[in-house]
Amino acid sequence: MRILIAILVFFLALLPLPLLIHSDFWITWLTLALFYAYLGQAWNLLGGYGGQFSFGHALFFGTGAYCTAVLQIQFGVNAWGGFVLAAVAAGIVGAGTGWLVFRYGLRGSYFALVTLAFAEVFRILANTFSFTGAGVGLLVPLQPGIAQMQFETKAGFFWLLLLLVVGCLLFTWWMQNARFGARLMAVRENEDAARALGVDPFSTKLLAITASGAIAGSAGAVYVQLFLYIDPNIAYGPAMSVEALLVPIIGGLGTIFGPVLGAFALHAIAEIGQLVFGEAPGLNLVLYGLLLVVMVLFLPNGLFGLGRVGFGSGALRRLFKRSAHA
Amino acid sequence: MLEIVQLSKRFGGLVVTNDVSFTVQSGSISALIGPNGAGKTTIFAQISGFHQPDGGDIRFEGQSIIGLTPERICLRGIARTFQIVQPFAGLNVRENIAVGAHLHRAGRRAALEHAESIAHRVGLGAQLDKPAAALTVAGRKRLELAKALSTDPKLLLLDEVMAGLNPAEIDEIIPIIRGIRQSGVTILLIEHVMRAVMNLSDHTWVLNNGRLIASGTPAQIATDPQVIEAYLGHGAAARMQAQRTGVHHA
Repeated sequence: MRILIAILVFFLALLPLPLLIHSDFWITWLTLALFYAYLGQAWNLLGGYGGQFSFGHALFFGTGAYCTAVLQIQFGVNAWGGFVLAAVAAGIVGAGTGWLVFRYGLRGSYFALVTLAFAEVFRILANTFSFTGAGVGLLVPLQPGIAQMQFETKAGFFWLLLLLVVGCLLFTWWMQNARFGARLMAVRENEDAARALGVDPFSTKLLAITASGAIAGSAGAVYVQLFLYIDPNIAYGPAMSVEALLVPIIGGLGTIFGPVLGAFALHAIAEIGQLVFGEAPGLNLVLYGLLLVVMVLFLPNGLFGLGRVGFGSGALRRLFKRSAHA
Repeated sequence: MLEIVQLSKRFGGLVVTNDVSFTVQSGSISALIGPNGAGKTTIFAQISGFHQPDGGDIRFEGQSIIGLTPERICLRGIARTFQIVQPFAGLNVRENIAVGAHLHRAGRRAALEHAESIAHRVGLGAQLDKPAAALTVAGRKRLELAKALSTDPKLLLLDEVMAGLNPAEIDEIIPIIRGIRQSGVTILLIEHVMRAVMNLSDHTWVLNNGRLIASGTPAQIATDPQVIEAYLGHGAAARMQAQRTGVHHA
């Protein structure tokens, strides 16, 4: 109940912001923070609650983005329809990847590497085929109006993303209190012990990666309408994958509000980094790398875990320990 | 209820289960004892589906369960505990037990209520909100028992739930196990604590080097020269005799 109230307070606190803040810079900043929160929420489902650390969530994000862009440009499908189909397509890609990876019992760093590899494969494919615009990318025509999920002002995107983030908060809250969530967390903590209690880890993880992929795909669809452009590096490049995993790790793995907190914190840090270091390309990734090391070493429970006993923190340390020994 | 028929398992050149056959009667408490490395836990792993046997058959309620996954076997009604306890460290005691309770209960409320009643049964009622990682050894053993019990099993496989407990703690857990049997659950246990085996079990099998070397009531086992030689030793055998006849040696 307390969490539901917290979600409501969060919603009501952010809702009037576009009316109060007139700076375009800050509205854009908030909109992007919400976008990365949403992407992070997708990752958190699988990584935070399921303990499966994907290093290639761009795979789902990019599939959603391309799906909606191609449908809109080539087939004239409405952006909202594209949004739904993007989620479906990315969910299918998630299920396919999950089926392959979990069937062979890949865990930990091996799972991370395979997701990274899949994203790379899709990046190369998107670079090759003409219907994805190859290396040039796709320009989505500007058709302002709610009907095409494009808004006259940045405030429209802010509200859309706020709704999506709140929807995801509610979904995460529901999941944490449902049989599926209990099973997913059991698999994260100890797969053999979960099996001994009748939990099928394969189908549990498969469902998680499908849901996670679908949400990341819908984030891709929103991205396309926001920036009106997509190319293989944006869609399937490692930058998006890193954002997706860093946001919940900074905020707090396997917590409902972790990704939201992480997205705001990360983007404040990124902004400061840009002020200090200037616009040197790739430098923000160096900063992110440093941040990741610091988080794993000193704050494995994320900002949300400050002053709180660990909840799923072991997973992070285990992953990096295992990689160190592998 | 559970029939083990000529079960065999080898790890490379090492035969860990060698032509083992026994039958667990419904409603009984049976014990599987033997020295370390005799292959007791490996037999449990085969019954619960974590290891596939190389030969023989395991029948539960008349049907072979060979080849079923651990989660399927659990659904059929066989639950196991792990010798090395496997708590879900990041979850609290209530959530730990609820995972098993969800097997036959889709609703969260029903699962949590069931988890609480199980926790009270095994004496974890006061620690429901504690993180599993914060439990003592005795607490973790009880949690292991509670988790298995929460799946509403027909047959419970207990792998050394008393190892590492002090005598007072053992005295506390013996009536709990007896209570579980009284509620209609058949129990097969692996145990080194002979006092508990004598006290609890209706039937005992002794395993040595992957082979059954004796079978009978605990009292019969205690006098079996082969068992004394391979496992109990003369001192322990004498003490068990004394315990049975009620004579106390100083």
